[in-house]
Amino acid sequence: MAGSHEISEERAARYMEVQRSAEFEALRKKFRGFVFPMTGAFLVWYFLYVILATYATDFMNKKLFGNVTMGLVLGLLQFVTTFVITMIYARWADRELDPAAAELASHMERGEL
Amino acid sequence: MVGNTTINISIFLVFVLVTLGIVIKVSRQNTSAADYYAGGRAFSGRQNGIAITGDYLSAASFLGIAGIIAVYGYDGFLYSIGFLVAWLVALLLVAELLRNTGRFTMADVLSFRLKQRPVRTAAAVNTLAVSAFYLLAQMAGAGGLVALLLGITDKGGQGVVIAVVGALMIVYVLIGGMKGTTWVQIIKAALLIVGAGIMTVWVLMKYNFNISGLFDNAIQTAKSDNILYGGLYYKNKLDFISLAIAIVLGTAGLPHVLMRFYTVPTSKEARRSVVWAIWLIGLFYLFTLVLGYGAAALVGADTIKKAPGATNSAAPLLAYHLGGEILLGVISAVAFATILAVVAGLTITASASFAHDIYAQVIKKGTVDADDEVKVARRAAVVIGILAIIGGIFANGQNIAFLVALAFAVAASANLPTILYSLFWKRFTTRGALWSMYGGLASTLLLIIFSPTVSGAATSMFPTANFAWFPLNNPGIVTIPLSFVLGWLGSITSTEHNEAKYAEMEVRSLTGAGAEKAIAH
Repeated sequence: MAGSHEISEERAARYMEVQRSAEFEALRKKFRGFVFPMTGAFLVWYFLYVILATYATDFMNKKLFGNVTMGLVLGLLQFVTTFVITMIYARWADRELDPAAAELASHMERGEL
Repeated sequence: MVGNTTINISIFLVFVLVTLGIVIKVSRQNTSAADYYAGGRAFSGRQNGIAITGDYLSAASFLGIAGIIAVYGYDGFLYSIGFLVAWLVALLLVAELLRNTGRFTMADVLSFRLKQRPVRTAAAVNTLAVSAFYLLAQMAGAGGLVALLLGITDKGGQGVVIAVVGALMIVYVLIGGMKGTTWVQIIKAALLIVGAGIMTVWVLMKYNFNISGLFDNAIQTAKSDNILYGGLYYKNKLDFISLAIAIVLGTAGLPHVLMRFYTVPTSKEARRSVVWAIWLIGLFYLFTLVLGYGAAALVGADTIKKAPGATNSAAPLLAYHLGGEILLGVISAVAFATILAVVAGLTITASASFAHDIYAQVIKKGTVDADDEVKVARRAAVVIGILAIIGGIFANGQNIAFLVALAFAVAASANLPTILYSLFWKRFTTRGALWSMYGGLASTLLLIIFSPTVSGAATSMFPTANFAWFPLNNPGIVTIPLSFVLGWLGSITSTEHNEAKYAEMEVRSLTGAGAEKAIAH
């Protein structure tokens, strides 16, 4: 698709106009405002778990009930948080992100930006 | 060797015949390049999510992780978690934006706003490197699996089976393209999850669904409660952290995973794909936890370690213990199907990158028509398949388990920084991309060569030589930050800026305006 890489000036101006519009900036802010903090949060939680599992072995080896250790429970919690973040994001994106993106796309098609 | 070879082979043959029939059926409408590379972009999010699961869960996940848990306990579980959490990177930062901006390959996205030929070349080199490491690991693993499941112990016989697996893979890819490959992965994922699920419930039933009771019995068999605790398998703490970083950041940089996002019609379906994949992969790793401790309790670590295939034999031996020859046959067939589906996905990815990126765009500068490009892709698939067979036969029995970790380390170092910078950082430039991609690849390979993986330890590839000066087997903790820094440094020291292309890419990535459409048949 080499053709699309020599972008016509008219088209270039059009995309830059859209990119600078208040509506697009709001969409970008909405998207980044959700995914960046969420990414930071799950990465911190995952590495906290990995570091605990490797360096805080006494803490992780503590038995909570029966043969179930702190390490096992925290590990299973990693599964739980992954599933929960997935559900929260999918629901948020379906309800908040998609309508905003679709509206912006239709404004672009009608030349209203 | 336990079980009945005839049953194992028969069940696998049924799988091959059924999938081959489906591949032929769904491929009748394959006409365009988008059909061959992206299955016409006509798969639903759910179908693609199941296919991603089939693509991602290799024999190493199934047999490897269950085996590590069975023999070493907690560390195997710890290892599996990174492979799941990693999908959040793909979900939140990569899948949808990539679907909206790319066409067929990872390089489409990376070269979108930068200088075409150099960036595309670098992205294709990394795609081929990651796919080759991964492919070699799978093919060589097939040899060990043969010994375990079919009782073929001589190298010649194992070589024949590796060649058969490779030939089948070539047939699937040639006939089916991405559509056929996707269906093979869907069927395999369904079999794998149902098979592992049945075994999990079976094990749990023996303990009245009391997980602590299962652990009790595992401790009794092992005569030690060490398997409840970490540290038996990963002895070097820093090395494990380095591996954990590479796994969690590498998944969203694996080209064969990224390519799957082009097989759905919209970014919303790409999101749905990852949601399905996360549920299925997560469920599967929960199964392996039970299977691992189940094997520890019912089969025992000593028996497992003495069996051909060592830790890899834990899940098959557990199947035999629970359901005899028939269940072992089913699980063996699933294990073969797993290898077949994963290598088919890798082969189509590598052949697509060669034909679409290197041949059509870099060598022919975009002047070839789509039919010629697909013709080249098919030929490339045959060549790659033959190379994989030869490589697999030579690597059979070698200590190359590190290759999968290496593939993740290269993906995390050489691919992910450039993917993220391209999508999110306005000032990113061609120089930044090249420094990051080549720097990531070169530094990872260099540190592996001078690590205990290759020399200087009893477990090394060359145990008698010693030229290792880098202390870790996993280089990610150095190479991943290094590649991010190189991408930043290359960008701030170059004056290139192409605001218009960045504007197009950003608007397109977030709104889907101008994204590639599905093919209506």
